[in-house]
Amino acid sequence: MHAIVEYIQSYLSSDQTPGAAGNWFWATVYVLLVFVGLSIAVICMNWLERKILAHMQVRLGPMRVGPHGLLQPIADALKLLLKEDIMPAEADKAVFWVAPFIVVLAAFTVFVVVPFGPTHAITDMNIGVLFMLGVSSLAVLGIVTAGWASNSHYPLIGALRSSAQMVSYEVAMGLAVVSVILMTSLHGLGLYGVGAAGSADTGTLSMIGIVQAQLEQHEWFIFKFFPLGLIGFFIFAVAMIAETNRAPFDLPEAESELTAGFHTEYSGFRWSLFFLAEYSAMIAVSSIAVTLWLGGWLRPFPNALSGSTWDLVFSLFPGITFLFLGALCFFNAARMPKHPFFKIQTIGLAGFGAALALIGVVLFIPGVRERVGDIFWFSAKVAAFMYLYIWYRGTFPRYRFDQLMKVGWKVLLPTGFALLILTAVLGFVEPPVAAWLRGVL
Amino acid sequence: MSPPVATPFFFYLLAVTMLIGGVLVVTRKNAVHCALALITTLLAQAGLYLMLYAPFVAGVQIILYAGGIMVLFLFVIMLISIERTEKERQFNKQWLIGIAAAAALGGLFIAVYTKGKALFPEGRLTYAEAGNTQALADLLYGPHSGMYMFAFEIASLLLLVAIIGAVVMAKKRI
Repeated sequence: MHAIVEYIQSYLSSDQTPGAAGNWFWATVYVLLVFVGLSIAVICMNWLERKILAHMQVRLGPMRVGPHGLLQPIADALKLLLKEDIMPAEADKAVFWVAPFIVVLAAFTVFVVVPFGPTHAITDMNIGVLFMLGVSSLAVLGIVTAGWASNSHYPLIGALRSSAQMVSYEVAMGLAVVSVILMTSLHGLGLYGVGAAGSADTGTLSMIGIVQAQLEQHEWFIFKFFPLGLIGFFIFAVAMIAETNRAPFDLPEAESELTAGFHTEYSGFRWSLFFLAEYSAMIAVSSIAVTLWLGGWLRPFPNALSGSTWDLVFSLFPGITFLFLGALCFFNAARMPKHPFFKIQTIGLAGFGAALALIGVVLFIPGVRERVGDIFWFSAKVAAFMYLYIWYRGTFPRYRFDQLMKVGWKVLLPTGFALLILTAVLGFVEPPVAAWLRGVL
Repeated sequence: MSPPVATPFFFYLLAVTMLIGGVLVVTRKNAVHCALALITTLLAQAGLYLMLYAPFVAGVQIILYAGGIMVLFLFVIMLISIERTEKERQFNKQWLIGIAAAAALGGLFIAVYTKGKALFPEGRLTYAEAGNTQALADLLYGPHSGMYMFAFEIASLLLLVAIIGAVVMAKKRI
């Protein structure tokens, strides 16, 4: 018993991820935490997407189940689990059964290397980015087999579109990623001239390593070699929407032409697996973008607003955010109609607000504050991407298929190649030029 | 330093998965099932690379073969009629050569298994797993040890020729 406690405590003093420390207990805890957190994020995302999209279209969105439709995702999940699970008579049984699991496994496995903080990751792999891109590219296999196994016209067309689209955009995406990996090896002087000057050496593919490279160079890679980092980020941001089959690139499930695309024949629990996989894949690619370009867990304005005072101010943000959300709940509870019919809903909303405010207060405790800061900034950046996803869906009309291919192969791919070459050239030209400029000034 | 995860159990698990997948690839009549079995085999092979402390090769195996090439395989297979191929009798006109090759390979395996200790010096390669990708990059492009740069570039030239050939063959009017 004592040995077990000691084994559990031994990790707490190390400054590594549980995977790197080889601690089974904490690795399991982290896996469970990430899984639960991801499920909650998908539930929140479901509600937020319907609500935000509705407000963009001057509708109210879900309002019936719970105050402001807050319990709608739970009702939806219950409905999906209780629905009849239909399998088409002519479907390929085994492949039809296994396809949703391929998609879900691919979507969830990538979170093994997502760095929520310098030590807040399940493990840190030497091939982190490669692993994420590789495993998330397996999701297309699930989509293709799902479309084929349904033995129906719309799913097959959806699957064919999906595979062509994902393979095309993976190329441009890979080029953008490679340019960042190149940047990790180029210790230029940076936009603010505060980075460590030095020659080029080998870079890193590790997710934690990439963020640490941005920390050492005092520059997020979106600002490096301006505007090259920004262009690379833009290529990735477009390609990642195509990779996750979201609007305006949602041709594989274009409802106006293909009913629901590759998952037309799926219902109930199996369909909900596709839903879960789609949203967790969105979070996964967003976290790649955040890690590669937006400094991962690092707080914003590390150069302009540096010093211990600003560190303290920024460390208060998690608590303030939750207090704000709690206050929003109280405000809306006060605005609820004063009718006995709404009494339970009003109390529920106020209770939810109180819970959020309590979390906010807990987040102000110094010990907690220091530990969750990195997780908060990472999640906040990912959340911004999730909002962008909804925004795109509410803004852009769907691309035609030839337009989609044109953007992928004739715009993003050549730009990606140019970006890669220019990054390499600048990496070698910049240090001597910057040194010369310093001598002149 | 954590104890190595490359235990015999994982080797046998991956090897059995690969063998079953490989047998299914040649025995199943449905081409999509064959492709899925091949994917399983390739993924298990990536696991074997991981056991050999070559994570980069494993990652490339997943992203290129399982994620890229096999998707294109499936893409093509789905466009052909499965019903007709399922009714056709499977044939094998090269069984004589096949048996000879299998016997030679089997003999080689038996020879290695029985006399391997004498043929190969005992010892374990001590590659740093953490720096594997960096070591590979250094061998390929490094300023002092980039000894495989030429071979790498030649291989990429070969691929370029293949791409241009495919474009020329597929598109009569460019």
